[in-house]
Formats: sequence, structure tokens, C-alpha cells
Amino acid sequence: MKNLTQKLAPWRKWLFIIITFVLVQLLVQVGIINDYLQATIATICINIILAVSLNLITGFTGQFSLGHAGFMSIGAYVCGLTLLRMPTIWGYLASIVMGALLAAVVGFVVGLPTLRLRGDYLAIATLGMSEIIRIIFINLEITNGAAGLSGIPRFTNWVFLYIFTVGTVLLISNFLKSTHGRACISIREDEIAAEAMGINSTRYKVTAFTIGSLCAGIAGVLYAAYFYYLNPNTFGFLKSIDVLVIVVLGGMGSLSGSVLAAILLAIISTILQDFSDLRMIIYALLLVIIMIFRPQGLMGSKEISMKVFRNLGGLWPARKGEK
Amino acid sequence: MAILSIRKLTKSFGGLTAVANLNMELKKGELVGLIGPNGAGKTTVFNLLTGIYQPSSGSIILEANGEKKELQGQKPYNICKAGIARTFQNIRLFDDLTVLDNVRIAMHQNINYGLISGLFHLPSYKREEKRILEECMELLRITKLDSKADELAKNLPYGEQRHLEIARALAAKPIILLLDEPAAGMNPAETVQLTELIQWIRKKFDLTILLIEHDMSLVMKICERIYVLDYGLLIAEGTPEEIKSNERVIKAYLGEDVSNAGD
Repeated sequence: MKNLTQKLAPWRKWLFIIITFVLVQLLVQVGIINDYLQATIATICINIILAVSLNLITGFTGQFSLGHAGFMSIGAYVCGLTLLRMPTIWGYLASIVMGALLAAVVGFVVGLPTLRLRGDYLAIATLGMSEIIRIIFINLEITNGAAGLSGIPRFTNWVFLYIFTVGTVLLISNFLKSTHGRACISIREDEIAAEAMGINSTRYKVTAFTIGSLCAGIAGVLYAAYFYYLNPNTFGFLKSIDVLVIVVLGGMGSLSGSVLAAILLAIISTILQDFSDLRMIIYALLLVIIMIFRPQGLMGSKEISMKVFRNLGGLWPARKGEK
Repeated sequence: MAILSIRKLTKSFGGLTAVANLNMELKKGELVGLIGPNGAGKTTVFNLLTGIYQPSSGSIILEANGEKKELQGQKPYNICKAGIARTFQNIRLFDDLTVLDNVRIAMHQNINYGLISGLFHLPSYKREEKRILEECMELLRITKLDSKADELAKNLPYGEQRHLEIARALAAKPIILLLDEPAAGMNPAETVQLTELIQWIRKKFDLTILLIEHDMSLVMKICERIYVLDYGLLIAEGTPEEIKSNERVIKAYLGEDVSNAGD
């Protein structure tokens, strides 16, 4: 019996993933989810990818980065430029691969020298790097400068959004359960002890940073092929802060916290649409209140697991090794 | 045969020479003590041996498996890979991680699967993770922490944290184990238990151990040879009996005036 439930466990996870997908797809088909809600869902998915990948860098590896929007913009511009010349599904698929890889390469090149810095210094350095990327996009002719790119065909749909969101979360969660992920976490905990235990800290900081940049690049591609229009200023300092807010709110070191916070913040700002003047004030106030009462974020460093549901209703039997 | 040879090792911080011209030798399988008054430079020696500090001059040579390796100037993780693991005087566990994960992290260099396998949890990941889980639980059984595998390291009592440090160091599969004041803050009963543990793991894992300790009962009981440091200088070396009666050692510990009153 125990063996059976153990074998069922991953199956349950996939069931949940498939049901969510089909449910949303159906609601879109029958028209309950309208265009406006679909755009909100796209924003949620993109924010989840950004937050989860930033959480890998900042929450799990402990490297404070303020440059995530820069890596996102690389993916977005690769996608925009490709799709304007090659508006086909192949162009889209190619831009996903190229956008992700280019963002990863830039992440690697930026990470190698800057990750020697710690704390605030690293934050400033990554902020500087993302500003440099933004200014390059403003000044390049091919990216149409400050006017940005418009008329990008829409290829991103619920299927792509969902596959990449779930894929990112699963991949990063897998990574964190591997020896490489544990190496990253140990650097956050105590870098000197980690090195004394045989962990090459520079290598794993750069690995986390590169994986994070790669995911941010994918988020950028999804963004560009959904919202028609790109402008370098979309990817400024404030965008990086937005992502950081999601990470901190959800809990540094909690993937499910990042997912939860991305959804919650989107819902809050959707509801606040009706109070246009007060919107930003209420939004900021809510953040302040949440941070006062949950300074460790919604989830702290814990993860939501089946146990939460089990405690609620006793629906699932206990599984060995599950926390 | 010397497994570790330290030659003319010197470390200066600005004008202060923390360790001066130190010569030491560890033979395979030995249990050697490194003692000295506070501030004598003992932990500095450990930090030099493990690459946390770079020596100002001198050499550290590890001879294992018929190979000679120069360790001075190497990064800490390479020194760990070469076979030297340590514990810390001011406990440096991964506080917010479980006891099991603390040990598992130190297994890092003994794990054989790549990044791709880790990202997609391929069969090699599953096989290796299963193997190291068993090895880690074995180490926790040895240090009597197996029942607390899922507790956070910071929630362990002090004595158990010291044991966990040893378990973690052993997970790195060292040839030489450096213990920095393993009995600090322990009561006599715990110290006795620790003494037994150290002797047991030394046999079981075929270790060479270098130990810094202030608890003389422990040092005199288990060390075969002792080096004594004072103000960064080696002032004596020998068996526990020789050290007990060495006048320079007594002076260093008790001071000039009372040295005649000592035994």
C-alpha cells in the first residue's frame, strides 16, 4: 500500500497541472475568461517566471540582484526583432530559443565579474548592468530607439504561457533538490563553510545567475509576442523592483510563495482598477501592511505541498518523506 | 611517512605576524594536538591549511595516494577535494537547513551526476541521491543524530551542533580531519562521549586527525603528539608527557612568575 501511494505521488502533481490547464482552456473557449482577464493571466504567468527565477538568484543563492528586467528585455527584443521579420510560428519558436540563450549568455558574462561582489554592492552592479542594456536598446537603430518596436504579431497564447510557466517552476524546483541546487543554498547560508565543504561558490553563483537570466529571457519572449509593443523603458529599474516585490512578498526561498504572490498581486491590482486615482496608494499600502505582519513573506521559506491539503481535509494519505 | 608537511609557514596581517616559520608534520593515521594560549595562532594555522587565508610564505604539501600536492595558494574547495576537511571553532553550520541537508551538501564532490541530470531528475540523479541519502544517514547514525535528520540545524542543542559539524566534515570524505575546539562549551560527560567518537571515527575512516583543543584532559588522553604554539611561534612538540613537563609550555600558559610554583 505504501508503495502504491509513493508511486501515485508524482502522478498527482501531473494531474493537478493538467486539470488547471484544461480548466482555463475551457473557460477561455466558452468565453467566461474574456480578453481582459486573458491579459491578466498572461501577466501572471510572465511574472511567475520572472519571480521564480529571481528567487533562485536572490532567495535561494542569496545574491541580491536588481537587474532582472535587463535580462527580460533581451528576450523581448530578440523576439520582437525576429517576429517582425519572420512572423511565423517557426520564427516564434526560434526566438524562444535564441532569446533564452542570449539572455543566458549575457547573464553568464555579467555574472562572472559582478558575483564577486556581495550584498548592496552586487545590487548596484546588477542595476547598472540592466541600465546599460536598456540604454543600448534606446540607442540602437535596429531596435528603433526610444520609440520602441510595435506591431509585433501575437503568438503567445495560453498553451505557451502555461507550458513555460509550469516548465520553469518544475525545472527550478528540480534544480533546488539536486546537489547543484543544494550547493547554491549553502552559499546563502554560509559561504565560507560551503567552500570549506568543497563547493566552488563562484561557479554555483554564476550557474544560478545564468539559469535565472535564461528564464527571464523566456519571460521576455512571451511578453513581446503577447503585448504587440516593446519600449526600452518598460524594462527599467521599476520592472526589476516589481519582480523583487513579488519575491519578497512571497517569501525569499519559497517557489510556491513566488507563484502565490504573483497571482495575489495581479488580483489586487485588477480589483483596484476601479479606484484609478487611489490605486497605487492602496497597492503600496497593502504591501506595507503585509510586510509589517509577515516580514518573512507570505510563505517564509516553506513550500506549499500536498500536506497542506491533507491537513485541511485529510484527502490524501500520508506519504513517506513528505514534509 | 608524512602525509602532510608544513614548511616555514608564515602569515602576517599587516605588522602582526600571526604564524611565523611554522614547521609541522603529520604522519598517516596519527592523532595530533595543536595547543596554545588564546591568540597563539592555532585557528590561523587551520585557516591557512584549508585555504581560507593565503600564507605569506612557506609551503603545505599533502602526500596521499603516492601523489604530492602543494596546497598553499589553493582555493578552499580544492583543498577539500584534495582531502582535508575541517570543523569550525565558532560553529558554522547551515543554520536554516535540516541536519540531513547539512551533511548532504558536504557530499557534493562525491556525487556523480551533471547539471542536466539534476534539472530533469534523470535516472543517474535518482541512483546517486539514493546512495548519498544512505551514506548520510550512516554518518548521522555514527554521530547519534539520525533521529533528528529532519530538524533544522539551528534548533539542535550546542553539543549536537558540534557533532553535526563532525558529521558534515566526514561527508566530504577527507583523509585528514581538522577539528577546531570540538569540545568547547561541552560538559565533562559530553566531552567523554566526544573523545570516544573521535577515536572511533579515526579507526573507522582511517583518518589522520589534527585537533585544536583547550580541554587538556581530552588532549592529553587522545593525542599521540602535541604541537604547542605561542604568539605564532612553535615553542614545543612531543608526546603528552614531554609537553606536560616542558618549561616553555608551562611558562606560556601560566606566565613567568608562577612557573616555579607549577609541577
